[in-house]
Amino acid sequence: MEDAGFIIGSYVLTFGAIAVYAWRVLVRAHRTTAGLPDDAKPWT
Amino acid sequence: MASDTGTGTRATRLLGAAALVGVAWLLAFGLGFSPRDRDQAESVRLLYVHVPSAWLAYLAFIVTAVASALYLFRRQHSLGWDRLAGASAEVGVLFMAITLVTGALWGRLTWGVFWEWDARLTTTAFLFVTYVGYLAVRRLGGTHEQRARRSAVLALLAVLEIPLVHWSVRLWRSLHQEATVARPDGDVKMDGLMLFTLFVGIVAFTLIYAWLVIHRQRTLAAEDALDDRGLDAAIASRRADAEAVG
Repeated sequence: MEDAGFIIGSYVLTFGAIAVYAWRVLVRAHRTTAGLPDDAKPWT
Repeated sequence: MASDTGTGTRATRLLGAAALVGVAWLLAFGLGFSPRDRDQAESVRLLYVHVPSAWLAYLAFIVTAVASALYLFRRQHSLGWDRLAGASAEVGVLFMAITLVTGALWGRLTWGVFWEWDARLTTTAFLFVTYVGYLAVRRLGGTHEQRARRSAVLALLAVLEIPLVHWSVRLWRSLHQEATVARPDGDVKMDGLMLFTLFVGIVAFTLIYAWLVIHRQRTLAAEDALDDRGLDAAIASRRADAEAVG
């Protein structure tokens, strides 16, 4: 594949950025909800 | 059933699994099965992440505006709409950043430069900066209602930039190509397998967007609840101190 570095690099950057953001959201969710009772978590 | 901590439920886990399957399909078609382009050769493969991320960023900012309008104009002024607006804007900023980076890499391959002060690129960068500003405004402090009101007004103004970005390639002379799929005449000029791969990309990015917004919106609700509880505890402590002195 020509320009493989640019093409594969774009996919790695794209899904890497999404994965890092998703990980941060989940960590923050666990940290925040740990201090809350179930009645403050309407999705439960 | 939900877990004890976190914002996950059975539905979000299913949605997450569907998003992962979508990403696997996108990688297979985007990097493997889809053909090379006659003009752009292999660099056309950047289309399958660049265009879906741009479209989902637009969608995210439109959702932010609609949720903001619902907060402002409905009688209840539910903070749920405000948190949906904030969560969607944050995910939109992520997708817009991806659009700018993948666009710069694609530009280097097709135009020979990473960046040009072209109409489409400049208006897109301006849109990105506007929503980074929106997220900063959300963190200015004050009550939840003050945050919701000022950010809702900003969201309703910021969304007006989207038509400007979309039509910038027609309004001004631009290096950026005109729309291939969302054309005013409805004539899609694209190979069938390429179009299918783009469709897979849009489905995958939509599932990712939904999963991220649901989790982020629930986290914002939990953060607001923690704030309220901290405020209640501080007021109770002050009252106890005042009674002890009195």
